[in-house]
Amino acid sequence: MSFDWYPLWNSLRIAAISCVLVFFLGIFFAYYAARLPRAVKGMLDVILTLPMVLPPTVCGYFLLLIFGMKRPLGIFLLKFGIKFVMTWYGGVLAASVVAFPLMYRTARGAFESFDQTLAYSGQTLGLSNTYIFWRIRMPACRQGILAGTVLAFARALGEYGATSMLIGYTPGRTATISTTVYQLWRTNDEKGAMFWVLINLAISTVVLLTVNMLEARQKKAVKA
Amino acid sequence: MSLIVDIHRALGSFRLDVRFEAENGVTCLLGASGCGKSFTLKCIAGIEKPDSGHIELDGTVLYDSERHINLPPQKRQVGYLFQNYALFPNMTVRQNILCGLHREKNRAEKERKLKEMLKLMQLEGLENHKPAQLSGGQQQRVALARIMVNEPRLLMLDEPFSALDAHLRDSLKIELRDMLQRFGHEVLMVTHSREEAYNMSSRIAVMDRGRLLTIKDTKDLFADPGSIPAAVLTGCKNIVPARKVGDREVEVPDWGIRLQTAQEVRDGLAAIGIRAHYFNTQTRQNRFPITYVEEMEEPFELILQFRYAGQTADSPPVWWRLSKEKRPGEFPEALGISPANILLLYE
Repeated sequence: MSFDWYPLWNSLRIAAISCVLVFFLGIFFAYYAARLPRAVKGMLDVILTLPMVLPPTVCGYFLLLIFGMKRPLGIFLLKFGIKFVMTWYGGVLAASVVAFPLMYRTARGAFESFDQTLAYSGQTLGLSNTYIFWRIRMPACRQGILAGTVLAFARALGEYGATSMLIGYTPGRTATISTTVYQLWRTNDEKGAMFWVLINLAISTVVLLTVNMLEARQKKAVKA
Repeated sequence: MSLIVDIHRALGSFRLDVRFEAENGVTCLLGASGCGKSFTLKCIAGIEKPDSGHIELDGTVLYDSERHINLPPQKRQVGYLFQNYALFPNMTVRQNILCGLHREKNRAEKERKLKEMLKLMQLEGLENHKPAQLSGGQQQRVALARIMVNEPRLLMLDEPFSALDAHLRDSLKIELRDMLQRFGHEVLMVTHSREEAYNMSSRIAVMDRGRLLTIKDTKDLFADPGSIPAAVLTGCKNIVPARKVGDREVEVPDWGIRLQTAQEVRDGLAAIGIRAHYFNTQTRQNRFPITYVEEMEEPFELILQFRYAGQTADSPPVWWRLSKEKRPGEFPEALGISPANILLLYE
């Protein structure tokens, strides 16, 4: 029997897709939250950041409350063939929820340090708001947003709590690296567990090196 | 070519009520920081919104609260030079200026206008530099180039020299003044510096705590500020309460003297102002005995402080400023002042 690489593939695809989702959602909320009145902003900020401080199992519990097969939304979605429980794309949902605050907060920090007069001068020159956002604001905040994206990717890749609550562990279907490690350890396959642990270590190291490199470049850019 | 501004806004305890009209030439909004002058520029540019009012440029209504008109900044064709120049840091000089040319669709024409502006602004050879690699003066020229190629109908300058070193300021003032004269449209400039206002503008609007006090030709304003805030802003050092006692005579209780004036005194006089340069050892008119208090030396001038013989103890000493070579050998016993040099300041 050939070696089962499915957990690696599944983890990478879950992390990649949630990373893309969280990238756009995080930027969207970071950008618009900054323009809301203070009271609304404070409330929204708490709600959007909660998944970062809650235990992931609690996030998973809430996800089951909302998308569970006996819950109204779960039943409704099933009519369209969408089922988040015990499916690999349920893993995308779980990972996105947990990784979202990392992107949101980093992007918000980057946007808040953006010099607003740049946007104003773009407007008085007649540049469209879309142009200003993508060609002036985003490049100016590039380093912060990239760092947020990498962090969100790493968090999504390592997600365990919410994932195991929502999609469990089915070899070849919902298994991810982190749930596989636990499963192998539980069934006394210490060597197998060690193998996946090493894979995970390798990926995380690369990710952290990337973050450090980006931060160093940011510091250099600030100095210049 | 005309600009009509009439805006109102309440911000906590601060009230802004500004109303003025400006025509061709350089008009300067002169006021202390926090008086609302930058906010006024931002309202004209459409970056900020007043509570109510009306803004019109060359017959186009930019903002009207009653008719619910509020054009976005993109549609106002108003150039705005920010204090920090607001160059896009991720773009080169070339790309920055091309941002101002985005309406020009013809490629050859775009390139021609770019080249022309680079030459005019003496920026040739710097096309591929990033803003961070430029000096303050070069940054200002890039920012102006970017605005000028955009062909605005009105150019607004927000404290254009505040980000520059003092030694650069004077040479850039001359450069900028010549450029503004070539521009041929209206220019609205904001500054808290009376020298800059005097150097650059043909008309000055004096602002004080959210209100526009007067708008006058520059020379007229310095000759006759008319109000206490305007006298302070034009650099008058000696301002003292006074009351009318005759058609051409005022009494200054704090100094214990009466002064003859050249101008007829109207009712509602609040104070008089005497510029520190205008005291004279020779003048016979308005001559009163004085005593020396102290002095301060400047590079080329001397500030002597004195008190009038009958001056009350709690009123500050009077400033007399003169060039060093004119320093009298002995401190004079009395000083005179020409009646024409007494500024009448009203409520």
